[in-house]
Amino acid sequence: MANVPLDLKYAKSHEWVRINGDVATVGITDHAQHELTDVVFVELPEVGRKIKAGDTCAVVESVKTASDIYSPLSGEITEANADVVADPALVNSEPYENGWFFRIKIANPDELKALLGPEQYKTQISGA
Amino acid sequence: MKHTPLFAAHQKLGGKLIEFGGWEMPVHYTSIMDEHQAVRKAAGLFDISHMGEVLISGPGAEAFLNQTLTNDLRKLAPGQGQYTLVCNERGGVVDDLYAYRLADQEYLLIINASRIEADTGWLDRQLASFSRRSEVKLENVSDATGAVAVQGPRVAEFINQCFPGPSNGGTTVPRVGDLKKNQIARFPWGGGDIWISRTGYTGEDGFEVVAPGQMVEAVWNQLLADGKPCGLKPAGLGARDTLRTEACYPLYGHELDENTTPIEAGLSFFVAFDKGDFVGRPILAAQKAGGTDRKLVALKMAEKSAPPRPGYAIWSTGPGATAIGAVVSGTQSPTLGAGIGLGYVPPAFAKAGTLLEIEIRGRRAAAVVVPKPFYRKPD
Repeated sequence: MANVPLDLKYAKSHEWVRINGDVATVGITDHAQHELTDVVFVELPEVGRKIKAGDTCAVVESVKTASDIYSPLSGEITEANADVVADPALVNSEPYENGWFFRIKIANPDELKALLGPEQYKTQISGA
Repeated sequence: MKHTPLFAAHQKLGGKLIEFGGWEMPVHYTSIMDEHQAVRKAAGLFDISHMGEVLISGPGAEAFLNQTLTNDLRKLAPGQGQYTLVCNERGGVVDDLYAYRLADQEYLLIINASRIEADTGWLDRQLASFSRRSEVKLENVSDATGAVAVQGPRVAEFINQCFPGPSNGGTTVPRVGDLKKNQIARFPWGGGDIWISRTGYTGEDGFEVVAPGQMVEAVWNQLLADGKPCGLKPAGLGARDTLRTEACYPLYGHELDENTTPIEAGLSFFVAFDKGDFVGRPILAAQKAGGTDRKLVALKMAEKSAPPRPGYAIWSTGPGATAIGAVVSGTQSPTLGAGIGLGYVPPAFAKAGTLLEIEIRGRRAAAVVVPKPFYRKPD
């Protein structure tokens, strides 16, 4: 069973969210990286870009395919992880740590309620 | 979806199964990178039972095949094979394949899984209008036949243990390991007979084993057991694609199709213009003499970028830059650590060193035309 940390929130499209005040850090889950296998390229949004929840804002490429990443929340991109661009394999080895993708300044905290908790996400991926 | 005799084996090994040309096949077992590296460094085992096998025999077989295929079968001694193509009257490729001469008047064609129906239909129609058709027997044995490919620098270390010789058909050899590249021989095994050729689709040394369907699982298991100490891993279609792309081997439906000629694809070497007439010869000869509108080139990404993928537009650079062609195969090369692809461009842009751009999700990234292949195995 994939690792699903209890201190995170999740989107149905397999992004995870770590909240720190009004900044959310976003990446993809252990389940997602396992499905993708070897990540060879990550394309991240520009810092300063304003996005809405559900917008495609990043791309993760494995050997075989390119997958869109959807922003779980609305807000402004404050940081993009240069480490994961330089070393895409971090997505596979550290999906919740150094393999994070970007940070958003949260525009609408109500949107957090629409995200899944760890148990809900676990249920979703075990049914998959 | 169709299943090969190894479907249960793929499930047991935890293969991630996908649909490929109507077949349910493993794209990988662990990961594409992992399996690709295994083939380059040690050995990998592929199920290729979905491919087709056609037997053609009789006094008219050589003449029939030589007018239907582009390469010259007369070059083949019994126990030898050659890469060749079937073309239509426009010189377009119906399929690319291997033709083996098993015995004096006996030939085996190994054809692409996705083209079994197209090829057998085409061969039947060609045979129907062949003047000496009563001297040719054509049999599609694909459903009854399976095959595996074992590829990598360490295969030679365990292949003889797996299939003890000597051969009893095709090339006369005391052991499988004595087969030279493109040679094929028959070996008694497991109470029956199997054919083994020293061929492959990865750019590494290796063998392909063709066996009756009911024997394939035993062949697979024996290879896995004997190869394990040398690092043999099962490998799926994902690695098969990255390996062949690095070797610049065409894949039907990508580099080749019914509207693309072998000359455009850079395969003139496998078209024998001096053997007499064959289907497509006039157009191919004209292209060889006068040139073509497009040529297949190997492209390597020149900057850090996402890999090229089939369908991405290729652009010229500089003032007046415009879209000039498209990528037909592309991937991140595990060996080169860069994006690589094959694509068609006008001949003016086909020289090695030409700087081009590939459009990836609306942005153009720098690429350079490089000589083929991207990878050549060390001597």
